[in-house]
Amino acid sequence: MVTTLEIRNLHAQVAANGESILRGVNLTIKQGEVHALMGPNGSGKSTLANVLMGNPQYEITAGEVLLDGEDLLEMDTDERSRAGIFLAFQYPVSIPGVTLANFLRHAINARLKAEDPESKGMPIPKFVRMMREKMNSLGVDHSFAGRYLNEGFSGGEKKRAEVLQMAVLEPKIAIMDETDSGLDIDALRIVAEGIQKLTGPEMGALVITHYQRMLDYITPDFVHVMMHGQIVESGGAELALQLEEKGYDWLREKYGQPEQA
Amino acid sequence: MTDIDFVPSEKQLTDEESALKDVRSSYDETYGFHDDDVKYAYVSEKGLDEEKVRQISAMKNEPEWMTEIRVKAYHEFLERPTPQWGGDLNQLDFDSIYYYMRATDKTERDWDDVPPEIKDTFDKLGIPEAEQKYLQGVSAQYDSESVYHNLREDLASKGVLFLDMDSALREYPDIVKEYFGTIIPSNDNKFSALNTAVWSGGSFIYVPPGVHIEMPLQAYFRINTQNMGQFERTLIIVDKDAYVHYVEGCTAPTYSSDSLHSAVVEIIIKDGGRCRYTTIQNWSNNVYNLVTKRAVAEKNATMEWVDANLGSLLTMKYPAVILKGEGSHGEVLSIAFAGKGQHQDAGAKITHLAPNTTSQIISKSIGKDGGRGSYRGLLKVAEGADNIKSNVVCDALLLDDISRSDTYPTIEIDAQNVTMGHEASVSKIGEDQLFYLMSRGLSEDEANAMIVNGFLEPLVKELPMEYALELNRLIQIQLEGSIG
Repeated sequence: MVTTLEIRNLHAQVAANGESILRGVNLTIKQGEVHALMGPNGSGKSTLANVLMGNPQYEITAGEVLLDGEDLLEMDTDERSRAGIFLAFQYPVSIPGVTLANFLRHAINARLKAEDPESKGMPIPKFVRMMREKMNSLGVDHSFAGRYLNEGFSGGEKKRAEVLQMAVLEPKIAIMDETDSGLDIDALRIVAEGIQKLTGPEMGALVITHYQRMLDYITPDFVHVMMHGQIVESGGAELALQLEEKGYDWLREKYGQPEQA
Repeated sequence: MTDIDFVPSEKQLTDEESALKDVRSSYDETYGFHDDDVKYAYVSEKGLDEEKVRQISAMKNEPEWMTEIRVKAYHEFLERPTPQWGGDLNQLDFDSIYYYMRATDKTERDWDDVPPEIKDTFDKLGIPEAEQKYLQGVSAQYDSESVYHNLREDLASKGVLFLDMDSALREYPDIVKEYFGTIIPSNDNKFSALNTAVWSGGSFIYVPPGVHIEMPLQAYFRINTQNMGQFERTLIIVDKDAYVHYVEGCTAPTYSSDSLHSAVVEIIIKDGGRCRYTTIQNWSNNVYNLVTKRAVAEKNATMEWVDANLGSLLTMKYPAVILKGEGSHGEVLSIAFAGKGQHQDAGAKITHLAPNTTSQIISKSIGKDGGRGSYRGLLKVAEGADNIKSNVVCDALLLDDISRSDTYPTIEIDAQNVTMGHEASVSKIGEDQLFYLMSRGLSEDEANAMIVNGFLEPLVKELPMEYALELNRLIQIQLEGSIG
């Protein structure tokens, strides 16, 4: 069965101050599809990513999100993850004293135990083999596994660690929040090639980016533009090229300031 | 290292998984039992007077010099006021405590001779099995006196002495007399005086020159009777260039009224020797845990205290190292977990008496549900002790807004050329950290536990594997709030 994530008329605000950010987002992502989400700073792209993952900093005020018909918004963050949603963070936090490998082993075992309460988790040798394969495939040094999660990681290392986590957890729908930001050309190539390897019929992707350069590696099936908390324009890969060339002003003129939600 | 180094071996992690499985349901069975079947050969009345002190000594057939030490200490205990610094001791009622009892009449050497109900208790603690797999010697203290003591022949053949303190006094009175009370005089403080007056049990270890005991020597302690004070006395002598790692684990059942644990641990490390003393204690939440631990390190000797404090109502414990010989090194690594209604007043004391000595203190405390963790430290450098290096790090992690962390560092430096660092930090588990971990499929409890374990990791990795597992398990129980 092809997994489908349906976002319908989603409204959300900042929990702390009630500032309205998402003002009626509609978007459907299917396993196997690559969607690029672009748009000016402050348009709500990161908020959408965080809301889909269940970040408690945001409150849903209207709309719904369905994962294969199930109400995603009713699920806790960890349940969403175990149901196949993944968020590659723009700014991953560090967890001192917890190695990346230990963390991922717990994450995998949490999945196995959710499926089968009797599960003893993945046997260590199998886990180690799997980790090594994933690291080799993404060109990540094996020493990564023994380092504390994001602690002292460079910007590029953090992004590679996010992609490695994505590779290990094999999500059905992956959301990548500016995974290309803060990277030099070489690091971008490594990260983007890694993501490219992961995309395919098994994974749907929502790639949030400002730049066409990321999309040179990951050709999107759909490109969406978000402005003022709504998706205002959708198209094929050519839309991203158009934005690269022309910027967002033509869209601002076309759609103007939306009504306040 | 370019390869994965996160799993020591498949075997150990399988153990970890089995250890962590059903931890909560097995806790009561493993730690919460209260055996009514145990036959106490002798139970004294509550409260203490000089007659009772003499009686304890007489029942143990002690030499007169020990009786006199006890009686003198008893009067010192009476004369000293209850300390008013640190934790609140004013609710501690010395008249409602039993000061002496023993479960069987003699110390057993052969496991087969141990009475079945006591054996059953230790079975629940997994001691015989652990012994087969791992231990070199077991000294299991059942209330006041050791009932079981075993030392492997290879150690005995090297001249290592490892026995309970009462037996040591009978079998090696000259050695005990030479060192007893020399590191911690009875009048050092009110509780060392009390311990000296009524001590019972504890371990005696002598490691001859040059002998390295590769596997840790271990002892388990429990309090098993309501209002039962436990006053064990431990004396460790590490001779020149010798090494020993001594581990004590403490668990206690839960009680409805107050209990007192007041131990004294004295350690002497001669030139070039090294001693590591590891404690994981998990007293029930009504126990006053007031322990005096002190080591003297002679030339080029090393002392390391690794001290994990969970449970208890109030813990006041400041493992001390006196760096007496040139080139000696002292370390105190401590972990404290303060839950609801608990105060962990823990820390370290390091005294640099000689030049070219170094020390390190790392203290980590965790507060939850209004628990209070205090770091109380003394770093002293005596006059003439030049070229000293010392580093103090104390970090606190608070799990909520109602828990509390304090730091009381005292530094007295009377020498030149001292390099010292002091860092203190207090952090809270961030919502962003929880969100990040949960976004990978961990439940909130698992995410909290992972952050706490990560916080403690620099110290936990210093523990022997099985103790690291036990500590992780105990912390998981504390996080679930199932104790008390």
